[in-house]
Amino acid sequence: MAALSTQPHSHGAVVPVASRAEHFTSYDVDAFEVPGGREEIWRFTPLKRLAGLHSGAAATGSAAVEVNASAGVTVETVGRDDDRLGKAGVPGDRIAAQAYTSFENATVVTLPGDAKSEPTTVTVTGAGEGQVAYGHLLVKAAQFAEGTVVLDYRGSGAYAENVELVVADGAHLQVIAIHDWADDAVHVSQHHVKLGRDASIKHTVVTLGGDAVRVTPVVQYAGRGGDAELFGLYFADAGQHQEHRPFIDHSQPNCRSNVVYKGALQGEGAHTVWIGDVLIRAAAEGTETFELNRNLVLTDGARADSVPNLEIETGEIEGAGHASATGRFDDEQLFYLQARGIPEDQARRLVVRGFFQELIAKISVPEVRERLEAAIEAELEAVGA
Amino acid sequence: MATLEIKDLHVSVVSEDAPKEILKGVDLTIKAGETHAIMGPNGSGKSTLSYAIAGHPKYEITSGTVTLDGEDVLEMSVDERARAGLFLAMQYPVEVPGVSMSNFLRTAATAVRGEAPNLRHWVKEVKGAMADLDIDPAFAERSVNEGFSGGEKKRHEILQLGLLKPKVAILDETDSGLDVDALRVVSEGVNRYKASGEVGVMLITHYTRILKYIEPDFVHVFANGRIVESGGRELADQLEAEGYVKYTGSKEAAALS
Repeated sequence: MAALSTQPHSHGAVVPVASRAEHFTSYDVDAFEVPGGREEIWRFTPLKRLAGLHSGAAATGSAAVEVNASAGVTVETVGRDDDRLGKAGVPGDRIAAQAYTSFENATVVTLPGDAKSEPTTVTVTGAGEGQVAYGHLLVKAAQFAEGTVVLDYRGSGAYAENVELVVADGAHLQVIAIHDWADDAVHVSQHHVKLGRDASIKHTVVTLGGDAVRVTPVVQYAGRGGDAELFGLYFADAGQHQEHRPFIDHSQPNCRSNVVYKGALQGEGAHTVWIGDVLIRAAAEGTETFELNRNLVLTDGARADSVPNLEIETGEIEGAGHASATGRFDDEQLFYLQARGIPEDQARRLVVRGFFQELIAKISVPEVRERLEAAIEAELEAVGA
Repeated sequence: MATLEIKDLHVSVVSEDAPKEILKGVDLTIKAGETHAIMGPNGSGKSTLSYAIAGHPKYEITSGTVTLDGEDVLEMSVDERARAGLFLAMQYPVEVPGVSMSNFLRTAATAVRGEAPNLRHWVKEVKGAMADLDIDPAFAERSVNEGFSGGEKKRHEILQLGLLKPKVAILDETDSGLDVDALRVVSEGVNRYKASGEVGVMLITHYTRILKYIEPDFVHVFANGRIVESGGRELADQLEAEGYVKYTGSKEAAALS
C-alpha cells in the first residue's frame, strides 16, 4: 500500500535452523526443554513476562468458558479422555504441550452438517490476576456445515490453551478470535486448523488487550481443494507484546492459502512480532499461496518485527508469494487530507481506519465489525492522535 | 472581495543535505475575479510556489509574506489554510487506501463549511458535480485516488474544487497528462467554479494549451524561482511561438509540437 515506505524485511538475514517440516511437536510437555529465550521459536518472546507458562507453572485456577450457541449447534464439556480431542494437530512448542498436558476439561462445539448456522460465541474469561489456567477448545464443523464461531477472550491472569478447528469435507467455517484481555493478562495459544477436502476456513485473529499475547495458528490440509484465509488485526499500545505466528502446511495438492495480518503500534515499548511460515511440500502440487504483513508505526519507541518464510519443495505450483512492510505514518497522506480542510487528528484517524478497513470489511458479523471499529477509535483516542 | 497577496517570498526545500533555495523573491497579488496563469519551464519552482502556499512540510519559508484578505497564511496550519479559503489542486494527488471518496468528500466539506452538510442535499450535490465531470458514480465508493488513472485523479481534484468552493484556487499543472476530452471536461469544471462567484485562480502550467479553454486575465513567466515577466494573453501567445529560450537560455517549448 502506498501509505508505507517499504523496507527490506529480514528474512534474507535470518537462516531458519531447519526446515519447518522438521519442527519438533509433542503432546507431552516433558518432551520439550524449558526454553531459555535464544531458541528460534522463542527469541522474540519476553519469557520473563509469561508467568511461568513455559517453565512448568501449575494451574492455580480455571478460566470460565461460556458458550452462547445458536440453534442446531451443540456444546459439550468433556474430560481429557474424549477421543475426539487432539486430532487436529500436535502441540508445537512447550507452552502448547503444557496446556495439552494440564487441561482438565475441554469444551466441544459442533456445527451441524449440511446446514447453515448463525454465529456462536465462546467467551473465555481469565482465572483472575496472578492466577494460571490451562484450557482446551474443539470446534467441529461437520460435513457441509456452514457457520461462524466468535472466540471472545476477556479478563485477567495467565492462560494457555490449544484450540482445535476441525473442518470436515465441504464445510465452511469462519472463526474470529478476539483477544480483548485486561492489561495484566498473559495469553499463549496454538490454533490447530484441520481442513478436509474442499473445506474452507476464514480465520481472523484480533489482538487488542493483554500484557503479552502469543498466538500460533497452524493450518493443515487433509484433502484436496482446501482453502484457508488467515487474517490478523492488532493494535499494540505502550508496553504490550503481541506475537502472531501463522504457519500454513501445504501437504495436499490443489489447496489455497492467503494470509493478511495488519498491525498498528503506538507508545514506548509497544512490540509486535509476526512470523509467517508457509511450507509447500513436494506432494502439494497446484498450491496457491500468498502472505502479507503490514505494520503502521504511529509513534516513536514502538517496534515491529516481521519475518515471512516461504519454503517450496515442488515447482509445480500455481503461485506463491509474500510481502512485508513496516512504515511510519505517511506525511503525504496527512498533507493531502489536511489540504482539504480536515484537521490533523481527524486526518490521522481516517488514515488508520483506512489501513484496517480492508480486514474489517471481511468480517461478516456486524456486531463484531462495529466492536472493532469502536476499539480502534478508542485506541486512537488514548494516544490523542 | 478575496485577495491573495504574496510578497518577496523566499522558500527552501528541506532535505538531508543543506537546504536549497527554490523560490527567490516571488511577488504576486491575485484578486477575486482574476485568473493568473503562471507559466514556466520544468524546474523553475512553479510547483514549489503552490506547495509553499498550501503549507507542505517539505518547504521552508525563509522570508516574505503570504496573506489572504490580510490574514497571515504562513501562520496557519495546512488545514486552517484550506478552511480559510485556499485550495490546491495537486499535480500528483495522493492515494489514501481504505478511505472512500464519499467519506473523504463529506469529511472535507464538513470541515470547510463548519457544519455537516444536510445529507439529502449533499448526496444530490455530489451526484450532480460528479455527472458534470463525467465521473462514474461508482467512484464514490472507491478509496481516495487508489488505482485512479491520471485523468481520473485530475477530475476528482476539480470535483473537490467545486464542492469546497474556495476563495482562491491554485491549480498545479492540472492539464498535465490529460487527453483532449479530459482537458475539456476539467477546464469546463474550472470555468464553472470561476462563474460561481468572486473567486481567484492561479493556474500553473508548462504548456499553453489549457489557456485555449480557460481565459487568463494575466500571464506571468516564471523562471529560476521568480516571476520574470508579466503581461496579458499576448505573453502566452509569444511563449507558444518562441518557447522559454529567452528566459532560460535553453530551448524548451511551451507548445506541444
